[in-house]
Amino acid sequence: MAADRARRMLLGALGVLLVLGALETASRTGLVDTESVPPATEILARAVEMAGDGEFGGHLGATVGAWLTGVLLAVAFAVPAGLILGSVPLLDRASLIVVELLRPIPSVALIPLAILVFAEPARVERSLVCYACLWPILLNTLYGLREVDPLAKETLRSFGFGPLSVLARVSLPSAAPFVLTGVRIALAVGLVVAVSAELRAGGESGLGIYLLATQSGGGRPDLMLAGALWAGVLGLVANGLLVGVERRAFRWRVR
Amino acid sequence: MLEIKALGHTYADGHRALTGIDLGLERGELVCLVGPSGCGKSTLLRCIAGLQRPTEGTVLLEGQAVERVPDGLAVVFQDYTRSLFPWLSVRDNVALVLRRRGLARAARRAAAEEALEAVGLAAAARKYPWQLSGGMQQRAAIARALAYRPQLLLMDEPFGSVDAQTREDLEDLLLSVRGDHGMTILLVTHDIDESVYVGDRVVVLTGAPGSVHTDLPVRLPSPRDQIGTREDPAFVALRAEVGRAVRRT
Repeated sequence: MAADRARRMLLGALGVLLVLGALETASRTGLVDTESVPPATEILARAVEMAGDGEFGGHLGATVGAWLTGVLLAVAFAVPAGLILGSVPLLDRASLIVVELLRPIPSVALIPLAILVFAEPARVERSLVCYACLWPILLNTLYGLREVDPLAKETLRSFGFGPLSVLARVSLPSAAPFVLTGVRIALAVGLVVAVSAELRAGGESGLGIYLLATQSGGGRPDLMLAGALWAGVLGLVANGLLVGVERRAFRWRVR
Repeated sequence: MLEIKALGHTYADGHRALTGIDLGLERGELVCLVGPSGCGKSTLLRCIAGLQRPTEGTVLLEGQAVERVPDGLAVVFQDYTRSLFPWLSVRDNVALVLRRRGLARAARRAAAEEALEAVGLAAAARKYPWQLSGGMQQRAAIARALAYRPQLLLMDEPFGSVDAQTREDLEDLLLSVRGDHGMTILLVTHDIDESVYVGDRVVVLTGAPGSVHTDLPVRLPSPRDQIGTREDPAFVALRAEVGRAVRRT
């Protein structure tokens, strides 16, 4: 197991190094325009510098704040909604169709409407993130509830437990891994929407605002890419954390 | 205690599982139900448990018609792997159902551990169901039902996947606990020997749609003994009689 893990990490690191090396070479040899695509080492250096830069930290923090608030709001709405809809057979079918219809609407297509309705950029951002995150969480909760073993529910029922107890003690724990997968997808979607909303709706601070600022004065591709790199880091960390939670909390699923 | 009257069940797809079942169980009785596979034994158990409403007839428990799951009931399902909750340890699987018994947390755990000890699973209490062998899982499901101290215990082929030795141990365990708190037990099995060994009565069902074919009292001395009882001529004769009845169904 440990050797396997080390091997995987080594291969991963090798892959990253290869890509970085290729980018560096392409840039240094003049294969691509250094003006628009700076060498990888330079982007990395900028990214590291930015980590110590309080102003950039503020932007990053604003994005993280809006992003996580939006996701948490979505969890707070979608999980109870999913539990209610998913436990009533007729509602379940009807809601799944509604979800499948609404889900394909790209959240960014709603930015103009959100600006019109909410005006204040931070609210626009939070509500869009929340909206975008509702669907994957709701959908996964609904599907998770469908996967609950009827015999497991019947078992608890046969010991005299009522429908609410069965929901809380069998359906919810059984569907929890699906819900968490939904949250993981939502986090990825939410980050995209958060940055997009900042780019379009403006505001005081945020990664998107920072990126807009790097456009001015002829533009700084190195800063743009370094900023984008940080967005990637955010997504990576969030995903990694949740995968860790999944592994620990849902060991029973790995059979 | 349990009175089944003219019970029949036809599924929505037209499959007729049971017809005209009349059967009564006295308090404290242990009745074994045998019959060819697909004769509706599981359907009958589900109707008695109130998990399913029969299309014909009634089930009376202490004179009350069963319309939903009655109090003081425990069921050991045939499919024990699906019936244990994989996210709970074996001990917590047992302790969970004891909530209905109004026990405090510590008392639930203690009772769970006691029940697990009785089925020889004390060492596995903190393990998860999927870490146990099939036979151990089945014993955990039995421990859960016994810890609940039901008035009526329904068991659907509960000893199906344990080795011969464990099977005998569990049969004897069942015989030893049946006297406690007047538990009434209805046990479905396809093992004719077992039905005669543990039962006070053996009820043979016919093939689908199931109905009562034979209802045989078992008059063997108690306490029963795995070697002694099984070589008793009365046991051998009864076993043959049940066997013939099953053949004729």
